[in-house]
Amino acid sequence: MVDIEHIPKELKLIDEKGVRLDGRRHDELRPIRIEAGVLRRADGSAYVEWGGNKVLAAVYGPREAHPRHLQDPARALVQCRYNMAPFSVSDRKRPGPDRRSVEISKVISEAFASVVFAEQFPRTSVDIFIEVLQADAGTRCAGLTAASVALADAGVPMRDLVTSCASGKIGGVVCLDLNKDEDNFGEADCPMAIVPRTGELVLLQMDGHLTYDEFQKAMELSIAATQRIYEMQRDALRRRYSLSIDEIMKESPAAPPRETELPEMSTQIVGEPELDFDALDEDREGGA
Amino acid sequence: MEGKGPVRPIVIPGEAVGGPRLKPGPGTYSEGGRIFASQLGILSERDGLVSVIPLAGRYIPQRGDAIVGEIVDIGPSHWLVDINSPYPAPLHATEVPWHVEFGDTARFLNVGDAILGHVSSVDEIKRVSVTMNSPESRRLRGGQLLEVSPAKVPRVIGKEGSMISLVTDLTHCRIYVGQNGRIWLDGTDGDTVIAARAIRLIEERAQAFGLTESVREFLESAYRHADGRPSA
Repeated sequence: MVDIEHIPKELKLIDEKGVRLDGRRHDELRPIRIEAGVLRRADGSAYVEWGGNKVLAAVYGPREAHPRHLQDPARALVQCRYNMAPFSVSDRKRPGPDRRSVEISKVISEAFASVVFAEQFPRTSVDIFIEVLQADAGTRCAGLTAASVALADAGVPMRDLVTSCASGKIGGVVCLDLNKDEDNFGEADCPMAIVPRTGELVLLQMDGHLTYDEFQKAMELSIAATQRIYEMQRDALRRRYSLSIDEIMKESPAAPPRETELPEMSTQIVGEPELDFDALDEDREGGA
Repeated sequence: MEGKGPVRPIVIPGEAVGGPRLKPGPGTYSEGGRIFASQLGILSERDGLVSVIPLAGRYIPQRGDAIVGEIVDIGPSHWLVDINSPYPAPLHATEVPWHVEFGDTARFLNVGDAILGHVSSVDEIKRVSVTMNSPESRRLRGGQLLEVSPAKVPRVIGKEGSMISLVTDLTHCRIYVGQNGRIWLDGTDGDTVIAARAIRLIEERAQAFGLTESVREFLESAYRHADGRPSA
């Protein structure tokens, strides 16, 4: 069943001992790092590094849905935009939505629509933005994982976090979380997203072929992995809000800057080089 | 600095927060007889009601809320008020303390003006209307507006207004806090700067214990530093 045409003869994706090109076993994930609340202007945000993937997610809302005719008087819309940066892949990616990213946006927004309590916010929309800064296979899973943390960070009510992980088949072996080479030269890739608490499947796609048994195996691997990723997501959210007082104090100024003495300043005639404009600006910013 | 120590435990959407004998309150939902958090927040349990006090989120208007709004549009018989929520909020000409002739709305409130008002009604599809027919409602002249996360407004106000009265007493500012997360401050330049910083401090440390005390300390030290200077 191996599709030999696409595989360089000498390339073995997985050796006899069951070790993959990057040294992982069949059931191992790439290293994952999740940070919550990385953007200031968005209502919620998250950043995920997943092997070679770097993904940023931002969430706005619930906010007034535009255009107006899209508003649903019964519930909120959950809209998603998945976008890859031109520099995210080795050849420059032509910027803008394409067939692939429109599809991914659609399936991701539908995955989230099934967990968000949309009926609490009629006529609004919850907008999710996923920006892939660097791609290394499995960006939709990384994006989904990030977006789910960003949604929770934005305070959007939802039934559970959504966690996502892919598995696939390389060299005839069902493996977890394929990397770029494995994805390109392997036989199948099957991303899925689940609601960890209930085990519901909210996204399931497949590229390539798996037999029924292989598919069962792939699903088992992914579900076991999502439990681990779920813990990382929860940990990221907890870290975001559990900063100790000292850490928080580091960022907030202990006391306002010294007041510039306005009456004295005004007696200095315009053109005086000593006028301290910086101090003036500082004061104004402090008050804004 | 005092008030060091534990930060309140945080629950995450999907986390089990209560058993069968409890009732699900705001920020939670029940499924199969168990209660789960639906929002990121701090767990609270009172009188058999489990709820999650959210740490983030948009302002969703409720009837009777005091709000600080900004006029964004004018019609012949109404104004449109931005109340920092996902829903547009009209203020009808009959809902203001002045007698307004049809088409004469711009003489009373203009785009960019700030008002203190109340949410008079919210229906099931979240159509909101705002009123200024209450004694404390007014057009806010001068001063400055500050925005905080609506989820943190209860901390800014404090128990029975303890926090906000502390800030008003020590800074001698006039302060109005809207449920929608907008805060209007007025006072001398130096005082408003300090009051604004105190509010930012409350917002940043909303989940800490002993917040009132550390805010008091902050304000006192701020005034010690500013001592000897005329407060503008």
